[in-house]
Formats: sequence, C-alpha cells, structure tokens
Amino acid sequence: MAEPALCLRDVHKSFGATSIIRGVSLDVAAGERHAIIGPNGAGKSTLFNLISGRLAPTRGSILLDGRQIAGLAPYQVSRLGLARSFQVTNIFPRMSVFENIRCGLLWPLGHRYDFWRGIDGLSDLNERATRTLEQIRLTARRDTLAGVLTYAEQRALEIGITMAGGANVILLDEPTAGMSRAETENAVELIREVSEGRTLVMVEHDMSVVFGLADRISVLVYGEILATDVPARIRGDEAVRSAYLGTAHA
Amino acid sequence: MSRAARGLALSAVLLAALPWVPGLDGNFARSLLSQMGIAAIFAISYNLLLGQTGLLSFGHAVYFGLGGYAAIHLLRAVNGGVPIPVPLVPIAGALAGLAAGIVFGAVATRRAGTIFALITLGVGELVHAASLMLPGLFGGEEGITASRTKAPHLLGLDLGSQVQVYYVIASWLLVTALVALAFMRTPVGRMCNAVRDNPERAEFIGYNPRRVRFLACSVAAMLAGLAGGLHAINYEIVTSDAVGATRSGEVLLMVYIGGVHHFIGAILGAVAITWLQVSLSNYTTAWLLYLGLFFMAIILYAPGGLAAIVVKHLAIVRNRAMGSVLRAYALALPAAMMMVAGAATLVEIAYRLSTQPEAGTRMKLFWIPMNAATAWPWLGAAGIATIGFLLLRRAAPRVRAAWDTALHG
Repeated sequence: MAEPALCLRDVHKSFGATSIIRGVSLDVAAGERHAIIGPNGAGKSTLFNLISGRLAPTRGSILLDGRQIAGLAPYQVSRLGLARSFQVTNIFPRMSVFENIRCGLLWPLGHRYDFWRGIDGLSDLNERATRTLEQIRLTARRDTLAGVLTYAEQRALEIGITMAGGANVILLDEPTAGMSRAETENAVELIREVSEGRTLVMVEHDMSVVFGLADRISVLVYGEILATDVPARIRGDEAVRSAYLGTAHA
Repeated sequence: MSRAARGLALSAVLLAALPWVPGLDGNFARSLLSQMGIAAIFAISYNLLLGQTGLLSFGHAVYFGLGGYAAIHLLRAVNGGVPIPVPLVPIAGALAGLAAGIVFGAVATRRAGTIFALITLGVGELVHAASLMLPGLFGGEEGITASRTKAPHLLGLDLGSQVQVYYVIASWLLVTALVALAFMRTPVGRMCNAVRDNPERAEFIGYNPRRVRFLACSVAAMLAGLAGGLHAINYEIVTSDAVGATRSGEVLLMVYIGGVHHFIGAILGAVAITWLQVSLSNYTTAWLLYLGLFFMAIILYAPGGLAAIVVKHLAIVRNRAMGSVLRAYALALPAAMMMVAGAATLVEIAYRLSTQPEAGTRMKLFWIPMNAATAWPWLGAAGIATIGFLLLRRAAPRVRAAWDTALHG
C-alpha cells in the first residue's frame, strides 16, 4: 500500500485532567473520501483541530504525506497542503466574495507576503478565483460582501476558500450543518465535484451525506475510534449500531 | 487614461490650485492648508492600521515624533553644510518611522485587539518619557530647532514662503496617498483586510496574522514618520509634544470622524479636525469640549464618519432624489441649529464664569449682549436648546424616511 496521505498514530489530547482524544490511530489513503461520525462530544471537532494545527496534541504523531505536523501552527500546516473548513461559518465578512476566494489562493499560488506588485495584475490568481467562483456557483455574487450572503451561500463560500488553493488534503467540518434538504443535495454535489482527485476527511451528522459520499467511515466515540470500514460494513456493525447509529438515528 | 491615473491627475491639479483659491491665498490659509496636508498624511498612515488592518493604536505619534526628530536633526546638519535639498529631508523622517515601526511593531503586533492597544499605549508613554530624559537627542522642554531656508535650493525653491512649503507637503501627500492605495492592492494589503475581518481564518489559509500585522505596522509607521518629517520642516522645531499621547489621540479622532471604511475618510477627518482646531480655537476657549461632543455625535449617530455621509449623499444625488431629502433637511436644520445654539450658549456662559471671571459677567454671544450674572441668559438658552431638541426629535424620522426612499426607492 502506498504511503497514506494522512496518518495519525496514538494521538492523545487532554485539557487538564479531562481526556478528549484517547489514542486515535487512523490512516487515510490518498484520494480517499473519509467520514468521521460519532455522537456529540465524541471529540470530532477536537480531532480536526489537532490535525489542522489549531491545537497541539498531548502526545502522538500526525503525518501529512509522511511529514510530522503535530504541534505546527495552522499556517504552517496549511502551507504543507492541508486545508480545512469550519463548523461555524468562518469567512471574511467585510470583503467581497471574490476577495474571499482570492485570499484563499494567495499563499498556494506563491504570492505570500508580496507588497511590491498589485493584486489585480496577477492573472493566475484572478483566473483561478473566477473559476472557483463558477465551481461554487457564486459568480453572480462576485462583488457582494460575504457577510450579507445567505447561510447556504456562506457555506458554499467557506468550502470555496478551503478548496481554492488546491490543497491535497481537505478537512470539512459539518459542511451541510443547518442546511435544508435541497441545499444539502447541492452541497453534496459541490463537495463531490471539488474533492475529485483529492483526499477528503469530513465530520458529518447527516447520514445520507455520509453514506452517499464516503469511501470509508470511522466511528469516534469518547475519544476513541470504534471502527473504520467501508459504509456497508459500518452500517451492519453491531457495536456501531448500539453505540451510535441505533440511538441517534432510530 | 486609467481610473487611477485620472484620480491622480485630478488630485494633483486640485492640490496645486488650492493655495490660489480666493480666501485661501493668504499666509494664514496657506499655513492652515499645510497643517491639513501633514495631518492628512498622518491620518492616512493611521488608517492603514485602524481601518485596513483593524488595529487600534494609542501611540501612533511615536512614529510621527521620531520621524520629526530625525528630520530636524538632518535639517540641522543641512544648516551646517550637508548638501541635501530640504524637500527630501522628510525621507529621513520616513526611514526613522520605519525603523521605529520595525522595532516597536515586532513587540506590539504579537497580539491584536486590546493587548495591541495597551502595548501601543505603553510604548507611547515610554518614548514620551525618554524624549524628556535624553535632552541631547530630543532637546528637552525646548525641543530642537533648525532652519529650512539655510540650505541648498532645489530647483530654486528656498522655502522662504509658506506656499513653497505647502507645495512640498502637497507633493508628499500625493506620494503617500499613492503608496497607501497601492499597498492595499498588493497581496499583503489584501491579507491586512483578511486579518482584520478574521485573523483565525487567515491563519488557516497559510498566513501568519502576526507577520501581516507587522508589515502593516511598518508601512504605517514609515508614512507617519514622513508626516513628522514634514512637520519638522513646516514648524522648524520639534518638541516632545510630537511623540505625545495628545497627538496620538488626535489622529485617532481624525480617522474616526472622517470614517475608517473609506480611504478618503482619513483625509476628510484630518481636514475637518485641523480646521476646527485652528479656527474654532480663535472664537472660543471651549473648543476642545465641542470637539469631544462632535466626536461623540459622530460615533453615535454616524459611525461611518464624514466619508459615509458623503458617500450616502452621492448615492442620493445619483438616484436624483436630492429634492425630497433637502425638504426633510429644511425641517430638521432649524431645529438642529436651535439646539446647538442654545447648548453652545450655555457652555459659553458657563466657561466665561469659570475660566475667565476677570472678564466680567457681561458678554456678547451670537451678536446678542447678555449678563451671565442674571438668570435670563441661562433660562433662555436652556429653553431654546430644549425646544430645538424636541423639534429635532420630531423631524428625525422624516429625515430617515427621506433617506430610505431616496436610497431604496
């Protein structure tokens, strides 16, 4: 088997005496769509925060394409090709939709801390941003302030910022939370499209989204992974049923 | 011609013509214009921090003042024979501001928000205290003086007349506006906005918010130092006031009153506050109180500042709906004037009694003689202010409704 895109080994995280993540090991293959499910408080968001650098693990190792990233700052993890979205919409509200996307592209395209050239003259940047806008279907809202978009549009923009830079590994934290059925279907379509050829890890509560998108599913309960398998077998797993599916989705 | 080039040409023509406009062609007005220009550069630099990067600084005068000291020292050297044309001396101020911005910015920008504001306050006090303790460098209480005329003349400019000084300042103002506008259109400039809006998100798209803040702080400090350098040339003296908290507060007031969300806001604020400082202080000793009240009124009722008011009215004019808005103003304006006149009368007679008792109780306000020792001026003024206030409250909904229909049809 080729080297996994993302590899967690015995990752622990405690806040004071409280252990939130209690020895998680997980391999996500390159190109795989992997979903993490689990009851509220299982530590799914904490796990994302550990991977993306918002939190440092108490112990354990996290490898991104074979490189140790545990304890790095978020911007360092991001520069190594891992992008994430957030459960609570996290955009730049007082900038236009187009500017939001351009910001997501600046570092990946190598424009970094440049202060000697104008942003409007960077044709690679503007072409990519325009294409991303088409992908997330917000072209008509190009010059609207992100803060005044509808909720579903903001979620799409959130995904757009995350995906724009072409990161190899993408973490999506509840991308369809709070959406209507129709909006969810659009979002799933969008995620399927933009994650083509990339490694995707997502936390999701909506089981139709999970079973529709994921190649494999991990069940996280009380900071430990109960099972990792293909959707069909997760659905049939007795332990998973009693711990999670049976109660939450009877 | 591109929009930017047209804007530049227009601004240049406007700045060149200003000191020849009737009423502005005297020495006093030209000196006022020069002060406005310096204040505008300082305010543009401050708004790079506040409006664009979301950093509230209480110590921006540090960079202004240190720039001023660097320039005045260089000017003294020029007086002593160093062959540098005076219009270029402010570059020394900009470099000193940049150096100070790099040193202090490295510390202050480790945090944003309240911590940043407090660090800048501390740095401001530190530098001000140091300026009084190191008389060799800062000249102590008297400050440091130099002459702008005892120097090599670039293109025949001897800087003997105020209008020549004004043109030096106006040229640097153009350069500043260009630099600031261009900076905001670079990748880093855009990330300044992003860090202002959502520093956490910026971090997850590859940027270290500290580094972005640091760069913004450095550029802002450089432009503040340039303003300080021009201050040194304009006044031929720099004292410790230049780095003081009062000046830091002033620039904050200017930018807030002008409006933080528009580039033009900083310039409008600088012009308005400088004008109030210079002209209002000729008429009344209570001018600082009025300035404070004006600031509070803007914060409470027009948080977008003067620039937002201008932008709103431009939109109304574009919608060809100015007529109905003006009719609403015609109702509100007399009420507002009554309120302000009544309140100002109260303030003035109170100030007269408490700050200038030697001038007696007989005074003249708004061309009306009155005696502050009797009850009538107090009662009359309070009555007028109250009636004005009540009328304004009745007129305000009409104004709001007129705005609404004018803007949204």
